[in-house]
Amino acid sequence: MDRIFERLADIVGSDYVSNAAEERFIYSRDGGVQMPHEPDYVVLPNTTEEVQKIILLANEEKIPVVPMGGGLVLSGLSIPLKGGIVLDMKRMNRIIEVNEKSHYAVVEAGTALGMLSAYLNKHHPSLKNSLPDAPPVATVAGNIMIHGSGHLSQSEGGFHSEMVTGLEVVLPTGKIVKLGSCSTVPYWFSRAPLPDLAGLFLGWNGTTGIITKVGIKLFPRPLLNDGLMFMTEDVDTVPDIMFRIVNTEMCEDLTFFITPKPAMFEGFQMTIISITANSEKEMRLKKEIIRDALRDYYESKEAGFVPVPKEMKAFLLEAPQKNLSAFADVRKGGGFEYVGAIIPVEKIPDAYRAGLDIAAKNGITYSLGGRMIGRGHSFMFYFAYPFNRADKEDMDRVRQALDDTNHAALKMGGIPWKAEVSGQQLILKQMEPSTYEFMQDIRKLLDPNGIMNPGNWEVNP
Amino acid sequence: MKKEYADIIHRCFRCGWCKLPLNFKDFNCPSYLKYRFESFSSGGRLWLIRAWMNGEIQTSERFAKIIFSCVTCKNCVQACAMPKIREYLVDMVINAREDMVEKGVIPPEVRDYFKAVSISGNAYKMPQEQRGAWANGLDVERYTAQEYLFYVGDVGSYDEEGVKMARSVAGLLKKVGISFGILASDEITDGNEVKTLGEVGLFEQIASQNIEKFKKLDVKKIITLSPHAYNSIKNEYPKLDGNFEVYHYTQVLNKVLNDIPMGELNVKVTYHDPCYLGRWNNEYWAPRSVLNSVPGLELIEMDRNMQNALCCGGGGGNFFTDILGTGPDSSARVRVNEAIDTGASVLAVACPICYRMLSDAVKAEGVEEKIQVRDIADIVSEAVNK
Amino acid sequence: MNALNFDPGICAKCETYDCLMKCQYMDFDLESAREERWKLIRGEDTRILNDCVTCYACEEYCPYNNHPFYLIVERQEEKGIHPVPKPIEKSQIKAMAPKGVIAPMKVKEPVINMCYFPMMLGTIRGKLFEGASAIVGSDIFCNLMYLHFARNSVIKERLPKMIENIQKNYLEPSGVKELICYHDECYGTYTSWAPAFGIEVPFKPIHLFEYLYNRLSELKSEIKPLNLKVAYQRPCSNRLSPEIDHFVDDIFGLIGVERVNRKYDHENALCCGGVFEAQQRFDLMEKNQTLNVDDMKENGATHCVFNCPFCFWTLSDLVSQKGMTPIMMSDLCHQALGE
Repeated sequence: MDRIFERLADIVGSDYVSNAAEERFIYSRDGGVQMPHEPDYVVLPNTTEEVQKIILLANEEKIPVVPMGGGLVLSGLSIPLKGGIVLDMKRMNRIIEVNEKSHYAVVEAGTALGMLSAYLNKHHPSLKNSLPDAPPVATVAGNIMIHGSGHLSQSEGGFHSEMVTGLEVVLPTGKIVKLGSCSTVPYWFSRAPLPDLAGLFLGWNGTTGIITKVGIKLFPRPLLNDGLMFMTEDVDTVPDIMFRIVNTEMCEDLTFFITPKPAMFEGFQMTIISITANSEKEMRLKKEIIRDALRDYYESKEAGFVPVPKEMKAFLLEAPQKNLSAFADVRKGGGFEYVGAIIPVEKIPDAYRAGLDIAAKNGITYSLGGRMIGRGHSFMFYFAYPFNRADKEDMDRVRQALDDTNHAALKMGGIPWKAEVSGQQLILKQMEPSTYEFMQDIRKLLDPNGIMNPGNWEVNP
Repeated sequence: MKKEYADIIHRCFRCGWCKLPLNFKDFNCPSYLKYRFESFSSGGRLWLIRAWMNGEIQTSERFAKIIFSCVTCKNCVQACAMPKIREYLVDMVINAREDMVEKGVIPPEVRDYFKAVSISGNAYKMPQEQRGAWANGLDVERYTAQEYLFYVGDVGSYDEEGVKMARSVAGLLKKVGISFGILASDEITDGNEVKTLGEVGLFEQIASQNIEKFKKLDVKKIITLSPHAYNSIKNEYPKLDGNFEVYHYTQVLNKVLNDIPMGELNVKVTYHDPCYLGRWNNEYWAPRSVLNSVPGLELIEMDRNMQNALCCGGGGGNFFTDILGTGPDSSARVRVNEAIDTGASVLAVACPICYRMLSDAVKAEGVEEKIQVRDIADIVSEAVNK
Repeated sequence: MNALNFDPGICAKCETYDCLMKCQYMDFDLESAREERWKLIRGEDTRILNDCVTCYACEEYCPYNNHPFYLIVERQEEKGIHPVPKPIEKSQIKAMAPKGVIAPMKVKEPVINMCYFPMMLGTIRGKLFEGASAIVGSDIFCNLMYLHFARNSVIKERLPKMIENIQKNYLEPSGVKELICYHDECYGTYTSWAPAFGIEVPFKPIHLFEYLYNRLSELKSEIKPLNLKVAYQRPCSNRLSPEIDHFVDDIFGLIGVERVNRKYDHENALCCGGVFEAQQRFDLMEKNQTLNVDDMKENGATHCVFNCPFCFWTLSDLVSQKGMTPIMMSDLCHQALGE
C-alpha cells in the first residue's frame, strides 16, 4: 500500500481518502474547457487539525495541495496542475455561530452558500447571506478565494471577499492563524482595526493557504421582493442608466443581460433592478424613486420599463440562478465557459461589443451580462459561451473565445476574474513587475516548499 | 448503453444542484451524503459512466460501488437544473447497471440478490410455502374474487418489521370493510428492485409471471403494501400488457377513513415520504390525509418533506445489497435525527423498506426513547380501536 | 390597403362627442371636445393622440359605430407616436411574430380559439368543453394587442394570414363554420376590427361567454349553485363587443353567482392597468388599480372574475392581497359543475 495514502488515511480515516482511478478522474477536471490533470490523492478533511496534519505531511513529502470547494469555478482553479493532493473541503460544513445583532455568521470553509441560506431562513429569518449566481453548492470559502460576487451587490461591497469579517487559515507551513477581530477577542465582527492580513488569502485561488473558517457578513431579509426590468436598445446609455439607479440607493441588486434568445430579447439590453421592502408602501415608494430617476429615458420612448409577468419575474429574481446552470445545455452539450471581467462601469458598451464580435468571430453563441459591484464601483461583466462537451472542436472554439475575451477585457481596462492559468499569465504580463515580484516574495515567505496550488499565479508555471 | 441515453449523457454539467433538495437544507443524495466524494454524486456518477463507456475508466470494485450505491431516490431528477435531461438521470444509472449485468461485472451482493430472487422467488431465500405466514391468525382470505388483491411483497412477507406492517395494514383493511384477498404462498416478488439493479431479463420474467397469475385470477384492482411494488405494477407491468388498477394502501384508506369512527390520539407525528410513492409517483397527500384524519394527531413536517424528502437509503436495491452501507452519515440515521428535531415522538412510514431502515437507524443512534418508527396503518388502527 | 371604414360626415353631425366626453382618462368640455375631434378628423396634431391610453372604450361610446378608437390609432401611427417605448414595442412585435409552424389538423366542433395563450389550454377540459378542439399559437394570433402600441399596420399585415391559417388549416378541412373565441380580443378582432378595415372573416366567431351560457344551459341539472358575490373585471377588448356583456349576468344567473353592483363595471369599467404599465403611465396604473380593486372589495365581492388572461396576470396579486380570490370565468363555470 502507498505510504502517503496510509498516512493520509491515518489522518482523515480510510473512508475519506482515495487514490482510486474514479476519484482521480473526477477531480482531474471541472465543468469548463480546461485540460484535465489528475491528482494523486483526493482527501476529505473533517477538521482544521486534520487540514493542518495534511499540510505538514505535504511539506514533508513536498507534494502539492489544492483546496477545492464546490469545484464550480469552470476555469480549472482546483484542477491539480502538478498532481498531489486535492483537498475537497465540503465535509467541513458546520455553521458554527450566527451573531444576529452584529450581522455575521461563522462557518467552516466548505459550507455551501445555499445551505447557509436555508439555515438562516429557518433559524434567523430576519437575516440572509449574499448568494452568487453559481449553484447553491458553491462554498463560502470558495467564493471569497476567487473574489466572487453575488446578489445583494447593492447592500454591501458586492464582492463576497469584502463581506469577510474574519478568517481561520492553515498556512502552507502548517501553522493555524486567525485573522481579524477573532484573533484577539471571541467575536468575528470585523477585520478592522487590526492590520488586514486576510487580503493574503482573498483572491489568491488557494495559493497562499487553506481557509478553514470564515466570518461572513449577513444582511437584512425584508419581507417583500420585487423587480423592475428596464429595456434599452442603445448600449451606450447603459452606464448612465446604471449610475442613476445605483445613486437612488433603492435596490438590493443590479444586473443586466443580453441574449439572442428568446427573440423578444435579441438586440436589446435588459437591466434588472431587484428591490426589497418591508411593506407595500415602501415597495411602491422605492419603485417610484427608481422610475423617476429614469423618467427622461422612458418619456423619450427610447427605453422603458417592461411589464414582466409574475413567472418571469420569479425567474429573474431567483437566487441562486438555476437558469444559469441550464444555460449549459443551450447547445445540448452540457457545458458553458465564461470570462467574468471586472471592468470600469463606463466600459460596459465596449464589453458588449467585444462579446458580440468574439462570438461572431468564433462562430459560437453567447450570453452576455453582468452585475454592478457595490454602489457603482465596478462592474462584473460576463461573457458566457455554451459548448458541446461531446464535440472537441466546439470546445476548442470556446477555448479560443476565452483567450480572445481575456485579451479584450485587459485591453479595455478590465481584469479577467478567476482567470484560468493562461488568463492569469496575461494579467501578470501586464502587471507592474514590482507588484508581481512582491506577490512572489509573499508566496515564498508563506510557502517555502511551493506546495500550494502550484502553477497558478506564476509567469512560468 | 441505449442510444437515447448515450446521446445525452454528456449533457450533465456537474453543476451540483442534484446534491441538494429544492430548499437547500442539506445534502439530499444519500450516496453523496455518505461518501462525500464528487464521484458519488449524481453528476460524478454520470461523468464516470460516460468515461467508462469511452474506455477512460475501467470496471473496478470502486466503480461498481459508485454505480450500485445510487438509491434511485430521484432527488437528482427533482433538483437538476437541466430541464431537457433531468428526467433521465436515474434511468441512465439503471441503464449502466444493465450494461454491467450484461457484461457480468456486478458486485457479489447484487449477484447474490439476483440468485436468491431467481431461485426462491424472494430476496430472503425463504421457502415459498412460508410466504403467507405473516398473516397467521388474522383470518385473511386467499384471493378469489374479492374487490382487491392485497399484494404484500418480499419485505412484508419475510422481514420482521415488514411483517408487522403487513399485519397492521391487513388488519385495518379488514376493519374498515375493504374486500380483499392475498396470494400467500402463490405470491412472488414484484421485481421492482430487480429492475432498478439492472436485471431486465429477470424482471421481465418475474413481471410476466405475476401478470399471468393476476390475469388468471381475474384480478382487476391491487392494493400494495410497498410503494416499490406499487411503482412496478403501476408503471412497468403495463409495458408487458399487465394493466391493473393499482393503489398504495394509504390511497385506499384515504377513500374510506372519513366514515370510520376513531378515538383521539394525542401524539405528534412526522411523516417520511417514501421515494417510490413521492418523487416516483407524485403521491404526497394520501398518506398525510390519512394521518390527518386521526383526531388529536398533530402532523409536523420535517424540513425536508414531500419533493424534498431525504431517502431512507433503501431504494435502488440497496435494502438488499447494502452497498450504500451504514454509519453516522447514512441517510437513515440522518433522517431519524431530522425527525427528532421536529419534536415529534413518532416517525410515520408508508413503506416496509423505510420502516426497517429507519427502525434500524433509531437503534443505531440509540434514540429509542426519543422517537418511535410506526407505520401509518398501525397508528390509524390504534385510533380506530380506541 | 385596408383603409378604415370611417365616415367623417357622421362625426361632423355628432353633437354629443361621446367618444371624448365619456373618456375616463382625458378631460374635455364640449367645446374642447369639438375642437380636438376636428383636429383628429383632419389629421392634425391633437392632444388626443398623446393622451389616449388606448383603453378601446370610445369604440363602445360612439353611438354610430364610427370607430373613433381605430381612427385615433391610425392617426397615432401616421404621426409616429409610440405610446409604448420603442424597444418594448419592437421586442413585442418580434416576440409575437408568426412562427410559420402551423400544419393542417383535423378539428371537431366546438373549436376553441385560444389565441396565443398556450398556457391556458388546461382550462379546455371537463364537461364544459367535452369533445372540443382547441387551437392556439403564434400562427393564429389575432394581433389586436398592437392597438395599444399604435401599430394598426402590424395587425393589417398579419391578420389576413392568421384568418387564412385558421380557415385553411383547421376549419375548412374539417367542415367547421364556427369559431369559439376564448379571448375577447379575438372576438373583437373578427366582429369589429376586421369589418372596420374591410377584411373578410370566413367563419362565424362566437364569444366564449355565449358558448359557456349555452353549454351551462344544457348542463343545468348538474350545476351546483356557487352562492358567491363576484366582481367582474371587464377587459378593454370587450369594449368592441358590448352586446356580449349580458351573457355575464346570464351565466352568473345559471351558476348562482351575484355580480356585485359596483362603480367600475359595465360602461364605466377600468383598465386592469397592464397597458398603462407598458405605456409607462405608472401613477395612473397604481391609481386605477387601487380604485378598481377597492371598489370590488367595498361592494362585497369575495371573488374577482376575469376573462382576459392578461388582466388576470396584472391584477390577480392585488386582488388576492385584498382578500379576494381571482378566477377566470371558465374556471368559475368548471367549479359550478363540481369540477
